[in-house]
Amino acid sequence: MNYRLASIDKDYFADQRDERYSVIGSVVQRSDAFGHVTGRTEFFEDQAPARMLHVKMHRSQRHHARIRGIDVSAAEAVPGVVRALTHADIPNNLYTPLKLIGIGPDDEPILAEGTVRYLGEPVCAVVAETEAAAYDAAARVAVSYEDLPAVFDVEEALAPGAPVVNEYHGHNYFTYEGHHCRRLRFGDVDRALATADHVFEWRYQSSPIEQAPAETTGCIVVPQPDGRLRIHSDTQACFFTLDNTALILNTPPGKLRIVGGTVGGGFGGKVDVAVEPVACVAAMATGRPVKYVYNRYEEMQVSSPRAAERIYIKDAVMNDGRITGRQIRFYADAGAYSRHSPYAITKSAAHMPGPYTIPNVWADCHCVFTNRTPSSAMRGFGVTILDFALESQMDRIARALGADPLQLRLINAYRDGDVKAHRKVAEGTALVEVIQKAAEIVGHELPEDFRRMSSASREGA
Amino acid sequence: MASQVIALVVNDEEREFIAKPGTSLLSGLRDSLGLTAAKRGCAQGGCGACTVLVDGKAVLSCLLAVETINGATVRTLEGVAADGQLDEVQSAFLDGFATQCGFCTPGMIMAAEALLDRNPDPGEDEVAEAISGNHCRCTGYRPIMNAIVDAARRRREARAAAGAPARVSEEVA
Repeated sequence: MNYRLASIDKDYFADQRDERYSVIGSVVQRSDAFGHVTGRTEFFEDQAPARMLHVKMHRSQRHHARIRGIDVSAAEAVPGVVRALTHADIPNNLYTPLKLIGIGPDDEPILAEGTVRYLGEPVCAVVAETEAAAYDAAARVAVSYEDLPAVFDVEEALAPGAPVVNEYHGHNYFTYEGHHCRRLRFGDVDRALATADHVFEWRYQSSPIEQAPAETTGCIVVPQPDGRLRIHSDTQACFFTLDNTALILNTPPGKLRIVGGTVGGGFGGKVDVAVEPVACVAAMATGRPVKYVYNRYEEMQVSSPRAAERIYIKDAVMNDGRITGRQIRFYADAGAYSRHSPYAITKSAAHMPGPYTIPNVWADCHCVFTNRTPSSAMRGFGVTILDFALESQMDRIARALGADPLQLRLINAYRDGDVKAHRKVAEGTALVEVIQKAAEIVGHELPEDFRRMSSASREGA
Repeated sequence: MASQVIALVVNDEEREFIAKPGTSLLSGLRDSLGLTAAKRGCAQGGCGACTVLVDGKAVLSCLLAVETINGATVRTLEGVAADGQLDEVQSAFLDGFATQCGFCTPGMIMAAEALLDRNPDPGEDEVAEAISGNHCRCTGYRPIMNAIVDAARRRREARAAAGAPARVSEEVA
């Protein structure tokens, strides 16, 4: 088999160090592959502790409602049911995962308390001797609701009079240092728009995207003789899960041990603290091993997807292709709870206005709460959809000007020494060279002056 | 209905266990026999992670009630390298970087084994068809397809070197 080996192109980067690498350029077998091809790799669900119980969840059947009452009597009457758990059984029921890095407020219950804010929100967990009994009983939990108005659109959620999704925030946006959004202000965009040869504005909208890992989210918790809990989990974030679970259980982190690192596909979908707290409470309440694993429906419907994003980009463009101003209104649908979205929107703001030097930039980046499934991490979240919008915008501008899309990018590409919209000096840029090389590979002819451009200087741009 | 004793020949060993009516072959393998290579990805026949061979044919073990195949011969990934020596499919997956998270790998390899048993020289279309019921969310399938084609070549060459016929199991073709 032929491998294309990474190397540094000395035509462009003559001052890079010589390639005397011992690993780069050689074929190194993955350390886990032998286990994979022999079936010996141990995933969490390959554990089979004796006397293991099963947890299944009764989930909200409403988008937004007040809970009038939860009746577990029919569920507890199912043969094999050991007990039912509600919010009252969770030591610290209210949490938010990013509190570990100082982000707040706590805005999400482990099990719904008084209100449900999205369809599928966990309300009542049933612990039973068999998976079948747990399913049967979870379906028999009776919850009475008083419906509340719901909102599903980011701009409707920010409009005056919209129903408040999450009262821990008091409004339908996450607050960034006292502001209603994450803001980026650089130069004078209004003046750039007023003095431009052209103004182009387009709207971009994405849907939520489910990570859909082959292995669903889950864990097996095994109480130890010394009182500790051993958690076999497929989390992508062992220590993050451990610390958050300890806070939720109101227990020292040393009382928990996570056995993990073998993840049957994650793609960001297994970064949330989804199953471990309830499984731990069930294990502590019964003194027995407990398994709580999502079925495929839960993985698709309830586990947090990539946020849906709506992006408006308005550009001031000159006849020669220079973009002199860029105004962005960015809305990410966090769903009903923060999870990791506040961080994602900061990333979005940091990524604007793309790898281009634009002297005037204005962006408002909103982290919006709606009555949708909470969104969270997924491969490059906060950036991937934004890049789709930014690069689509570049193509559309080129088309509108009758310009070559690569030449338009080369004119505007950031160079070493440029000051970006966040007041950071760009260094180590290579966009110009990458575009030149890509054009060469696909046989896209560039004029001589564009082939001579360099990331090292603005000359010729 | 009462539970019944199920007798299977699994990876060349006679195995027995007691199963409630409706118990899936996957549950029998994993929960009763401790053979955990086959995975539960969706439990609804959609992902192929539970693929094993029953009487030489690739099946979705999560959908097969075990009482309907009493007496059958079953092969799982644990039985493929039972002597500690990787076979051609396994070694081609290893060398071709056809695994990432590894969760789909047992099902992929068993689907490939079933294909190569009936067709020692499959084209790309036939490889794609053979794994069309097996989801992989990591690799994008290309390394897996390459590995299966590579495995077929390795097996043909090994058999030619040993003077054995290329086709060994006509009955399942």
